Amino acid sequence: MQADHLDGNALAGPLAEIFTADVSAAVSRCASCGLTGPVASLRVYDRAPGLVARCPGCEEVVLRLVRSPDAAWLDLRGAVSLRIPLSGTNPSAVLSDEGGRSGAER
Amino acid sequence: MTTFTRGFRGRRRGEDDRLPPGQYLTEDFPVLSAGPTPHVPLDRWEFTIDTEAGQVHRWTWQELTALPYEEPAVDIHCVTSWSKLGTSWRGVSLDVLFEDVETTADYALVHSYGGYTTNLPLDDLLDGKAWIAYRYEGEELAASHGGPARLLVPHLYFWKSAKWVRGIRLLTEDWPGFWETAGYHNYGDPWREQRYADD
Amino acid sequence: MTRWRAARLVKVRDENPTARTLVFDVPGWPGHLAGQHVDVKLTAEDGYSARRSYSLAGTEGVELTVQRVPDGEVSPYLTLDMEPGDELELRGPVGGWFVWRPDGPAPVLLVAGGAGIVPLMAMIRARRAAGADTPFRLVYAVRSPERLCYADELLRPDPGVSVTLAYTRRAPEGHPRPPGRLTAADLGPYGEADCYVCGPTGFVEAAAALLVGLGHDPARIRTERFGPTGD
Repeated sequence: MQADHLDGNALAGPLAEIFTADVSAAVSRCASCGLTGPVASLRVYDRAPGLVARCPGCEEVVLRLVRSPDAAWLDLRGAVSLRIPLSGTNPSAVLSDEGGRSGAER
Repeated sequence: MTTFTRGFRGRRRGEDDRLPPGQYLTEDFPVLSAGPTPHVPLDRWEFTIDTEAGQVHRWTWQELTALPYEEPAVDIHCVTSWSKLGTSWRGVSLDVLFEDVETTADYALVHSYGGYTTNLPLDDLLDGKAWIAYRYEGEELAASHGGPARLLVPHLYFWKSAKWVRGIRLLTEDWPGFWETAGYHNYGDPWREQRYADD
Repeated sequence: MTRWRAARLVKVRDENPTARTLVFDVPGWPGHLAGQHVDVKLTAEDGYSARRSYSLAGTEGVELTVQRVPDGEVSPYLTLDMEPGDELELRGPVGGWFVWRPDGPAPVLLVAGGAGIVPLMAMIRARRAAGADTPFRLVYAVRSPERLCYADELLRPDPGVSVTLAYTRRAPEGHPRPPGRLTAADLGPYGEADCYVCGPTGFVEAAAALLVGLGHDPARIRTERFGPTGD
């Protein structure tokens, strides 16, 4: 069965509730096999009590996110690191409610 | 402040006194999964109980399915808020499997093919409250629903009923499982609506 | 941080018998990039709520195109029952990976399966709105003619954009390509390109594998799956 997961793109909304930067565009390194790639390319299982993002190389859990009514639980044990692009014109700028995106992006 | 959407009802409906608080009835059987579906050949399948003293009790598929079984008809309650009433199963009561197990442990950590874990007090597995189930509604349990065999503990939220069950480790100290370490309640009684760690 | 905002439906437009475009008024909408999506939340009067993600179809404001999934929970409501004036909640825009920017110099290959056309249409529209001359090629796999979205807009000549329709079950009379699943021949040859693939999970797996087989760099293939049902 391979028709049971989404891409890491699906994490963008839930993570945007926590972070100002767009974590789905960040590059993560899998703690299990070392595969490095965008969070957007992880395999996300969303038909579950929470979101479970797995490495596309080894299928180990990289990230888990559970949202209760009054808290978010985030487990990043499976990621050695996240490289989050940050600059004046990076895509995360458009994700903040305050705007700040450059006009050239439209 | 919530905005209500006029005319939206959603698929899940129903009032029923068999429904715990905050639950909605469903007629279908949603497939929930935190990872890819493991496929375990029956000739390599096994179920184990490991005691705190290091003793291992082991059953092959043939041995498990040769044991006396029960056919519980139970209501199941998923923490994602659906409940399904009157589901029928066939499985071996944990009381049968624990007959020859010597233990003074208070806690059980259930583990599955594929790496999933969930924890519960040993008492919640005994006295007719839990089964290793391998048939559902008269048919082999589908892999998408946890086949070849899953734990069935219907008095707790359904994430405790581990799919693709592989074994139980008996522990003298509690060891939280997959969802229990990620914000979900350690015990998960639907009638007390113990969904999240803070509930 | 991104919060839920109330969104009021102002206009609907049927794209075909099973897909509808919904235009929402969202005060304070900050604008978005082509390819981004929103999460929507519908709450029933009894408090029951359901969430889904939908791609933004337009370049301005919040315009979503929703394919009705039989037995779906949310899409039948959005495509049949929701009327102008009704409200839902949405969060976004989100997703900074599956996006195209008009200043991107590389040629673009878009591969859509069914309702996966939506974010790719947003990219074509963004290209047109920006007056960009980046070469675009769209390969749009769709079950049958009555499942086509944006048919008039896609068949109208758009310099620099080539469109290939691949009908998978039934083609209109006279269509040069016999109906059938997407093949490597539908996708190639095309030089080095930024590839965007969107569709149901199985379609995306197959199309991405075809692209790799044609020599496209896996690092330049961006995918967006919308799950087994897409509801």
